[in-house]
Amino acid sequence: MSDDHTHPGLQHDVPLPGRAKRAVAIHRLLVSKSIVGPDEVRETIDRAGRRTPADGARVVARAWTDPAFKTRLMDDPRSAVFELGYRLSRDAGLAVVENTDRVHHLVVCTLCSCYPTAMLGQPPDWYKSFAYRQRAVVEPRAVMREFGLHLDEDVAVRVVDSTADLRYLVLPRRPNGSEGMPEAELAELVTRDSMIGVGQARNPA
Amino acid sequence: MGLAAVELQVGDVVAVRDETPTHHHRTPWFVKGKTGRITSISGPFLNPESRAHGGDGLPKRHLCSVEFRQVDLWGERYRENDRDRLLVDIYEHWLER
Repeated sequence: MSDDHTHPGLQHDVPLPGRAKRAVAIHRLLVSKSIVGPDEVRETIDRAGRRTPADGARVVARAWTDPAFKTRLMDDPRSAVFELGYRLSRDAGLAVVENTDRVHHLVVCTLCSCYPTAMLGQPPDWYKSFAYRQRAVVEPRAVMREFGLHLDEDVAVRVVDSTADLRYLVLPRRPNGSEGMPEAELAELVTRDSMIGVGQARNPA
Repeated sequence: MGLAAVELQVGDVVAVRDETPTHHHRTPWFVKGKTGRITSISGPFLNPESRAHGGDGLPKRHLCSVEFRQVDLWGERYRENDRDRLLVDIYEHWLER
């Protein structure tokens, strides 16, 4: 392949692993065929990198404290999170599933690694592993126990396999003892894992 | 694989087509041929089975969230709890009433 332009950060004295070489080659082809603009990939990475689980936690804390917001969040997540300043791309929809004392949701993407990056940022490596993707659907309770989450037998487990155009955010249960806490402190209790479903929100100190 | 013969609605009990086309598709193997219930419908979205191969994704397809009983999917291999469920998003043209 001809090397007709430079890539800042990709110096030729640093040997690239095979997959990185492939990514660079694909990027060059997409740019040379005008399928993506030269800055589009970087902008997408930057946008994804701006989001962290703290963003999802803000949404959860608002839903815990504002019942009307929670109703809007369940019915029309895109509009509800826009109220908090999050503009979702048109590429994928957002769906919210609520954990209660009767049903517990666990999110997986068995086909690849679909994840609500617009609310949580990049997924953890284990979310993309074959082991998690295979086991979460057929032995979800065993998987959750390995994360330290032991559910009662009278709680139904509902695994959500996000295979297509919807990304799922779990609304975890509000912990006991958090009554009266301000929204910002509540958000501190909302862990990334609790919004995937492999954990619960933290108990207040 | 044609369009679904009838328009689907939330609450419908549906079977997933038991087919494995050679092109890209987003229907997991473990729900093919299984029966579940539609809990919500969203979209329509561009059809990824077309887009993955350079097509325009048209006609757009509705996406149905279909809930299955875990024991219906895995039989005796599911040893955890009879009340457990699995929700999967399936494009409408894979479903039959």
